[in-house]
Formats: sequence, C-alpha cells, structure tokens
Amino acid sequence: MDYSDIQTIEHDVLVVGAGGAGIRAAIECASKGLSTGIISKSLLGKAHTVMAEGGIAASLGNVDSRDNWKIHFRDTMRGGKFLNQWRMAELHAKQAPDRVRELEEWGAVFDRTDKGLINQRNFGGHRYPRLAHVGDRTGLEIIRTLQDFCVHHGISTHMECTGLDIILDGGKVSGLLAYWRETGRFVLFKAKAIILATGGGGKAWKVTSNSWEYTGDGLGMAYRAGAELMDMEFTQFHPTGMVWPPSVKGILVTEGVRGDGGVLLNSEGERFMFNYIPEKFASETADTEEEASRWLDGDREARRPPELLTRDVVARAIKKEVEAGRGSPNGGAFLDIASRRPAEFIKKKLPSMYHQFKELAEIDITEQPMEVGPTLHYFMGGIRVNSNSQQTNVPGLFACGECAAGMHGANRLGGNSLSDLLVFGKLAGDGATDYINSLSGQLKCSNEEVGKIIKGATDILNRENGKNPYLVHEKLQNIMQTFVSIVRTGEELEAGLNKLQELNADIKKISVPASAQYNPGWNEALDLKNLIVTAEAVTRAALIRQESRGAHTRLDFVGEQEEGLEYNIVIKRTDSGMSAEKVRREDPPKELADIGFASLAELEGGGIGA
Amino acid sequence: MERKFNIWRGSAEKGEFKTYSIKLERGMVVLDAIHRIQAEHSNDLAVRWNCKAGKCGSCSMEINGRPKLSCMTRMNEFAEDDSITIQPLKTFPIIKDLVTDVSWNYKQNKMIPPFKPRVKKNGEDHVMYQQDVERIQEFRKCIECYLCQDVCHVLRDQDKKERFVGPRFMVRLASLEMHPLDRGDRIPKIKNEFGSGMCNITRCCTDVCPEHIQITDNGIIPLKERVVDRFYDPIMWIYNKLFGIDTK
Ligand SMILES: Cc1cc2nc3c(=O)[nH]c(=O)nc-3n(C[C@H](O)[C@H](O)[C@H](O)COP(=O)(O)OP(=O)(O)OC[C@H]3O[C@@H](n4cnc5c(N)ncnc54)[C@H](O)[C@@H]3O)c2cc1C
Ligand code: SF4
Ligand code: SF4
Ligand code: FES
Repeated sequence: MDYSDIQTIEHDVLVVGAGGAGIRAAIECASKGLSTGIISKSLLGKAHTVMAEGGIAASLGNVDSRDNWKIHFRDTMRGGKFLNQWRMAELHAKQAPDRVRELEEWGAVFDRTDKGLINQRNFGGHRYPRLAHVGDRTGLEIIRTLQDFCVHHGISTHMECTGLDIILDGGKVSGLLAYWRETGRFVLFKAKAIILATGGGGKAWKVTSNSWEYTGDGLGMAYRAGAELMDMEFTQFHPTGMVWPPSVKGILVTEGVRGDGGVLLNSEGERFMFNYIPEKFASETADTEEEASRWLDGDREARRPPELLTRDVVARAIKKEVEAGRGSPNGGAFLDIASRRPAEFIKKKLPSMYHQFKELAEIDITEQPMEVGPTLHYFMGGIRVNSNSQQTNVPGLFACGECAAGMHGANRLGGNSLSDLLVFGKLAGDGATDYINSLSGQLKCSNEEVGKIIKGATDILNRENGKNPYLVHEKLQNIMQTFVSIVRTGEELEAGLNKLQELNADIKKISVPASAQYNPGWNEALDLKNLIVTAEAVTRAALIRQESRGAHTRLDFVGEQEEGLEYNIVIKRTDSGMSAEKVRREDPPKELADIGFASLAELEGGGIGA
Repeated sequence: MERKFNIWRGSAEKGEFKTYSIKLERGMVVLDAIHRIQAEHSNDLAVRWNCKAGKCGSCSMEINGRPKLSCMTRMNEFAEDDSITIQPLKTFPIIKDLVTDVSWNYKQNKMIPPFKPRVKKNGEDHVMYQQDVERIQEFRKCIECYLCQDVCHVLRDQDKKERFVGPRFMVRLASLEMHPLDRGDRIPKIKNEFGSGMCNITRCCTDVCPEHIQITDNGIIPLKERVVDRFYDPIMWIYNKLFGIDTK
C-alpha cells in the first residue's frame, strides 16, 4: 500500500512527552532556533510531573548555608549506592540550583523563608533541607510554569497524540509515526532528531502510584529502534502509598509528611525505624527518639531521624514489620503526623494530603494516623544515554527525564527527579541542537516502515474474537506484583519470565473490534506492546544482578557484593530476542571519587573537591 | 451489590444514555466504576483520567447533573438506590462519550500576555515574603479541570466564548497581575478582550472548584475593581494623567 498521502508534520526536532523533562527540552531547542514539536498522550499539563508533591532538590543553601553541590552530589551517590553515572550526578548537583532559579524567573512561586528566599524542606537521604517546594503540590507549580512559558516560545504542541514507533534512515533517526487519540488517524512526524521524555513503566505493577500513561512507551520504542536500556532491575518502591480503601491502593503519600515530622509506627505503637538503620548511615542517623525530636525542633547538632533514611530501606522495613505480624489493620504501617504537629501546620504544609485522605479514605490526618505501605513508584533504569549529550547509541535519538537511565543509580532520592527533569531536559535540548547542526544530507521515512507500523496497530481493530486488553493488562500486573516484587529470588524471577513469555502470545491476539476514534481499549492494547518489553527487561536484569543493592533486593543473594559495583546491566534487542548482559563501568574521575567518599566535615569546610 | 449507571455514549452528532450494571466494592469512586464498566462491558468507553487523586484535573464530568471530578466522588455519597447518571461537560463539544474538546481553553491561555519579571538587582536572588505570595499561591492551585468554565452561565448557556475567557482564566490573570515580580499590564485587555464585565458575580464557579479557590471574591472582583479604577474613576484618571503614573 502507498502511505504517501498520510498526514505529515515536519520539525527539526520532535520531543515525545510533555512532562517536565520534555517541555524543558523543547524550550531549549526552540531557544536555539530549531523548529520544535512536542507530543503527549494526555492534554498539556496533565503529565506525571503534575502529580509530584514534595519538592525539587537543589543546594540553594537558603535554609542551611552549609549546603553546597558537593554534599548534594555525595548524598545522590550514597543514595544510589554508587552505581550512578558519576558525571550525570555531578552535572545534576551543579546545575540544579540554576534550573530552580530559572523557574522563578519564569513565574513559579515557591514557598518562602523568613528572609523572603525560596524555602527548602527536609527529605529522605538529603543531608540538609534542600527541597524547594510549594506546599505539597510542587509538580503542579513546575509543569504549569513550563507550560505557560512554552506556549509563548514558538513550540508546536500536539496533544493527545501517541507515538508508536521511531523510523530510521540508514541507522539515523528520520521520524516517528504516531496517532491522534481523538480520531484514531495516523500522523507521520519527520524530524532530524527525537528526544524521548516519556517517563517510566509503573503500570506493569498492580500497586503503583503511576497513571495509565506509564507503560514504558519510550523504552519500548527505543528498544525496537536499536537503543540500549540500562539499570532496569532498579525499580523504586516508595514506602508510603495508601493501602486503604482498595480502590486507591498505591496512591502516593508524599515523603514530605516524614520530612515535616511524621513518624512510622507499628501495631504495637513502636517507632520501628530505629531497628533498621544500615551500618553505612549509622553515624549520620539519630539513634534515640530524644535526638530525633531535637532534630525536628531545629537543633543543628542533632542527627536525622531514621524515618528519613533512603526509600529502599524504609520500604523494606515496613514490609518486614507487616510480615512479622506487626502491621496495621489493612496490611501497612501507621504514619503519624497528627500527634507531632498542630492541625494548622499540617493543613498549611500538606494540604493535598489532608484532602486526599479526607475525601478518599474519610480520615482526618490532623487527628488520626494514616495507614501506608510500599507502592511501585519510579524507574531508576531506562534508556542508556551519553552523560554529556543525552544521546543514545542510535544517532539522533536522545532521552531525558524518568525514561533515561544513569542519574540515580540503584536508588533515587526524593526530590532528585524534578531537578533531573530540568537539568537533563535542557542538556538533551543542547545535545540535539549540536547533533542537528552537524548533520548533512536529506533523511527519508520509507513507505515500507510506515506501512509496517500501521499494520501492526490496525490489526488489533480488525481481529475478531481475541483477548480483552484490560484483562491481559491485569494478568501482566499480577505477574509482576507476584514474581518481580520488592524482594526477589532467582526462582521467582525465572517463573515470572516464563509467564511473561506466555503472556506475549496473548498480547499478539488482543482484539478491540470497534472504531479507532477515542478508543481507550485500542490505546491500551498498543501500550501493552511497550509494557511487556519493559516488564521483561526488568525481570531479566533482576535475574542477572546476583546481589542486593538499593532498590533491588534478592533474598537469595543478601547484601551488596563488591563485584556489583563493577558493572551495569545493559539490555538490547538481538535477532534471537532480548539480551541482557553486564557491561563494565568506567572508573570514576579522581576528583569526583574524592567527593563521593569524603566525610561530611571535609565537604562542609570546602576542603575537598573541584 | 449491583448498581446501575446511565452513561452518555456517542459522538457530537448522535448519542444516547446506556445503562450498565456492575458490582461495587468498598471505597470506590465514580471513576473506578467507569473503569470497571470499561473493562467488563465496553472496552471502547472513552474517558479521560490520570492521577486518580484530584491533582491533574483530567476526569471532569457531570454526575447527576453536578460538574465534578470523578476520581474524587465517592460512591457512598449517593443513596443506595440512587441511579447514577454520568454525562460529559456540557459547555464543550463532545468528542466521544465522556470526552469533550477543551482546546478552546488552551487558546484562551495563549492570548494572555506572559509573565514579565522585574530585573534582578546585581544578579541577587529575588526577595518575596510569604505573606506577599500567599494571595497568588491560592490561584496557582488551579488544576485546570475546567469545572468552573463548564458551570459559568456566560459560557454554558449564553455561549459567549468569543467575549469572555471564563473564570479559569480570570484566575490566571489575577495570578499574573498580583505577582510581586511582574511588570506587565493586562488591565486594558482584561476589560476589552478578556471580558471582565461579562461576569455578574453569581459565584457558581467558586462553588464547584475542587481546589476551593475563591475564584469570584479573591480573583474576579479585585480585577474588576482594577478595571474600574483605571477606566471609570475620573479623579484617578486625571490624577494619573497629570502625574504620568502607571496605574498597575
Ligand atoms: C505521585 C507522585 C509524586 C511524586 N513526587 C515527586 C517529588 O516530590 N519530587 C520529585 O523529584 N519527584 C517526584 N515524583 C517523580 C516525578 O514526578 C517523575 O519522575 C517525573 O515527573 C517524571 O517526569 P518526566 O518529564 O520524565 O515524565 P512525565 O511527567 O511523566 O511525562 C511523560 C510524558 O510523556 C508522554 N508520553 C508517554 N508515552 C508517550 C507516547 N507513546 N507518545 C507520546 N507521548 C508519550 C506522556 O503523555 C507525558 O506527557 C513523583 C511521582 C509521582 C507519581
Ligand atoms: S461568578 Fe462570574 S465567572 Fe463565576 S460563574 Fe458567575 S458569571 Fe461566571
Ligand atoms: S479554578 Fe478551580 S474549577 Fe476552575 S479550572 Fe481551576 S481548579 Fe478547576
Ligand atoms: S484523575 Fe486527576 S483529577 Fe481526577
């Protein structure tokens, strides 16, 4: 068939995804004079970024002047169990403050300190109050600021337009085929470079804080185009998701609750986190309730309460308490801020949490404790990119934000995602600009490629009597929830992998015999092609990493192995299916290693590091 | 327990209410019920949603005649034998089922002159005190659910979309006009193009705002006052002219 009359839109660069990372990347490209388009599955302003609550990490030092980029860098590396790409963590820590100030220049209104500067709050794993925030709706402030800025900077926004696959010409990016949700019609974007900013794949699990959009589309598209995925075994379970009522299970309760003084209790009323302090963090964590209380009251000499240990540690602790029979009635732990802070303070600092519990669970958090438990929240892993340019191994293909790998290593610190989006969104824009400027010759999108993608998508509509996409999705979620969960064993992972392969056959038989016009069933079926790639990649990587590190816990391989620091796991497509292998890490630059392994005293004094 | 739902199915040209019956579980919200209908009875039932926690403003619809976020409307708000009728927002054209074409709103937003900050002194960080930003932080809570746009009679019944940007964008204008760092002047446009005079302060918008923004009292009325001060107060007008004062 001839597809030459298909709707075609041409840009220098096409950004896929309109969350914080995508919009920031688009702004950079447009400011460099490129013709820039941006597409998103939802309406503009509704991406995951809008849901972010607690804050954005940057060492502004407005609340505690001892803070600086080196300490932020060190915290990030320690949180990531030193598996982060050193250079990315460095760029991030250095550039985050400027990205936050820039937002203010574009109209964002952060909460203020007494001196009228941007206020910063405490968060897990961050040594000092570091998260710029707006109550507990920081993501909304950020995305709205970017959105309102971008519409005045000559960027073409194409909403409710879903990317299906990337098209290459001679190994280089030449375009992307997408469809409009509204009409179900296809559209070909011709572009010299594509920046993926599609976010993670949390919808592979049943209990998750993620929305329907998080089906790993960017990961699937990149993988099929020949790009590599990395660190996929590191999936973050946030310790505090809602556990009741069942229909909201998984919805996030911000870490800001603990940052602002909330404590975790078991059914015996014990503050159990004191029993779970890892050796590495012992010297920097309070070991008595008395010291933790002093810290909350602002004593600068007191050490941080154990509730603010990194997410992997807190999530596993809650799981253990529940397994030991000390859980809350609905299988979680109690998170109590009511007895720690006055009602007015809670309503002011955590208004949307107050609302969320009041309206969804009929609980008043200024009077009662919340019930919380782990929920799949974030992908540290994703598309493998060059630390400086954000380019993948496919020329012209870039990635940034949650869909890219490397910045967070084995575990992400709260607040480091929003800053990651802006820092690497901008750098991806720079990278794409440089690439396009060095490009010569015309690129084509072949009729054959376009036809293949369209056929794959329309088969679902033409097939009679196939599988129901919602039920197939549910099956996938059950597999991941059961076999690739917060703690893993080789045996379970093997079993999970087999089940996923069986499910792959079901996915090929899905049918949604209806029109393509705004048809969520069809949309879901298309998303599943990416979600299964994502799920398989996580499972394969988890099988190979035979140690416990950060967010990846193996019951059959307890503790970190020294050898585990020597490699990252890289996934790619081969003729015989998905391959997962260990790829040797480069040694860190000396000056960064010095900072990463320095003591706090050395860094606060400014003695060490460039 | 089985419950009955009457849901609008169809496009802009033709459609009808269809009845579905499903089993409910404890704690469900209306959006959960719709998802269950979608999975069990009608895979292609069109509905928008994202966060399922009242944060993104995607899931707006009219439930038993009230404009609401379906993810924040609990099933136990209704009596056990109530039947539940769900239809798309009336003020915007239907695309399909519960999904409407809200692109008009994005066009209004684009017409608003952007934020224009004052220049930083010697590159030092801006200083703004909490009490000075609180006022606009209220407006910036807006999740763009467009429930206020849906309910405002100027847009809904009179269809004067070409003359009034609607409460959502009056709130956005207020957040810019009252921003301590902003140096723009949108007052003439607020009067002439954005239609501040069209609003007759019925407060229906404020009533439905899920973020509890005092749209009318804190947003629209102060803007109307600024328009009056600028254009209709003869003494102020002469005074300003004489002394060349920028009345922002
Ligand atoms: C409830 C919650 C609270 C959080 N709180 C915090 C916090 O306080 N601090 C912090 O730092 N981080 C937080 N995070 C994490 C952070 O919000 C996300 O990691 C981050 O917003 C991801 O941004 P992004 O730009 O990479 O992707 P997103 O904002 O998710 O955007 C992805 C975009 O890609 C589009 N897309 C996806 N697939 C396709 C496709 N096939 N075609 C076209 N478009 C596509 C989507 O439509 C969307 O526009 C939180 C996350 C959640 C879920
Ligand atoms: S108060 Fe004004 S803007 Fe609000 S609904 Fe009434 S007329 Fe519309
Ligand atoms: S002002 Fe309120 S009702 Fe109107 S769009 Fe914003 S959040 Fe919705
Ligand atoms: S789904 Fe986000 S507000 Fe309802």
